[in-house]
Amino acid sequence: MSEADKPAGPVAFRGGGFNPRPKRWAPWLAFAIIIAAWQGASSAGLLPDLFMPSPAQIVAALYGLTVTGAIVDHVTASVSRIAFGWAIGAAAGLAVGFAMGIWSLARSVGIPVVSALFPIPKIALLPLLILWFGIGEPSKVATIALGVFFPTVISAYAAVDGVPRNLIRMAQSFNVPAIDIVRKIILPGAMPGILSGFRISSSIALILVVAAEMIGAEFGIGAFILAAGNLMQTDQLVAGVVLLSLLGLTVSFLLGRLEAWLLKWR
Amino acid sequence: MELSVRGVSHFYDGLHALDGVDLDVADGETCVLIGPSGCGKSTLLSIMGGLLRPAMGGVETAGPAPDGCLNPLTYVFQDFALLPWRTVAGNVLLALEHHRLGAAEARRRVDDVLALTGLTDFADAYPKQLSGGMRQRVGIARAVVVRPAVMLMDEPLSALDAQTRELLTDELIAIWRHQRTTTVYVTHNLHEAVRLGDRIAVMTRRPGRIRRVVEVTLPREDRSKRSAAAELAALQDELWGLIRDEAAVADREVARV
Repeated sequence: MSEADKPAGPVAFRGGGFNPRPKRWAPWLAFAIIIAAWQGASSAGLLPDLFMPSPAQIVAALYGLTVTGAIVDHVTASVSRIAFGWAIGAAAGLAVGFAMGIWSLARSVGIPVVSALFPIPKIALLPLLILWFGIGEPSKVATIALGVFFPTVISAYAAVDGVPRNLIRMAQSFNVPAIDIVRKIILPGAMPGILSGFRISSSIALILVVAAEMIGAEFGIGAFILAAGNLMQTDQLVAGVVLLSLLGLTVSFLLGRLEAWLLKWR
Repeated sequence: MELSVRGVSHFYDGLHALDGVDLDVADGETCVLIGPSGCGKSTLLSIMGGLLRPAMGGVETAGPAPDGCLNPLTYVFQDFALLPWRTVAGNVLLALEHHRLGAAEARRRVDDVLALTGLTDFADAYPKQLSGGMRQRVGIARAVVVRPAVMLMDEPLSALDAQTRELLTDELIAIWRHQRTTTVYVTHNLHEAVRLGDRIAVMTRRPGRIRRVVEVTLPREDRSKRSAAAELAALQDELWGLIRDEAAVADREVARV
């Protein structure tokens, strides 16, 4: 029977679904189930410790790292490299991105140059940077800075370019000085795009710090993971990976707070 | 302050938008610009406000600006052009911040215009929390706060619903009574044109020229009265007669572009 042939009567509801909502308990339950299954498989001997340590062994390894204080040395080394590299790369990237967003000449020169250099995996430049700066900290910081620079340029340029022109014309119609237009219209208008760029660049910084620390570093989470792998200490190795995950979550949380504070008008 | 447009022509990407427009707007007068879609009304307004450089001709102002005027030629935008990251008071204050007024004087001016536009209770609200009508009140407050000599209003009510348009039309009349400025008001709404204009300049389709200037003799305050309805309807018919054929041709042209 087609819709048209159905007898008249109450109108059936047909507008439901396609409206996903977050359920707060669901992720906790999912994590609990995964970890319990993992631990269960390890305890039952289904997962050999050498290839995949159990959650309990990983927690024990993390505890050991905490008691000896090694965790502080490694995390401090990685975080300070990320902080320096990210700050240098982001500051330079913002300056270049803003210039490209505002000035025709900077845009005309910047777009082809950035497009040509952006796709190079920055880790491939580490050996060159080691030749330039030596095996110590500067080459690692420079690798991170380079990796952060390009996505920051692109996000800042796109964000500045996306600031509605009518807001700028409005400010001009009130004779607002150019420097104030940049400060009061373009900077806050570009802020959402800049902050999403920060999310991308911070995850790139995390990838690059691990890679850089795997070459000639004594301390740092990357160096620790590499050493644990060489000694086949998989519980230590996975503990290092868990530390990286926690570091990523912390950065993401801090950026979320920064967004909530700077973009409270949204 | 008076405004005179002299021989203004303009081109957009090879399209001839304006062709030798001459128009004089007297001190304190409200001159409404109407015409078919795409006739260059908003382009002409941008040229009057110095936001667009004409290909030929120019715009002159003459006469003194009112006391306390900070920005002689001041815009009200169709899309409100409010900063979403600033509160209502912050948006109005933007127009004053680069003038050395002192915080107390700036605050007093902002408070005055917020009271005038009925926004006092919304001073700390963000634009996203406001209706379209309230947003345009902020746009109007921001324009009034600099005590302009000439207000350039680009279809300020066209993004609003009919009821809000009626309310804001009355409020604009009240504001002009309180703070007399020369006004150029672009609209495509003939009802608005006959309610607000002292003179109505009717433009031709592209390339836009001034086809005729129609005077409205009835005092503005009387135009909302029932007794004025027949006269205003007749005037509206006359204006529609002037643009009807052109609007039909322009409509087909817009579809082709």
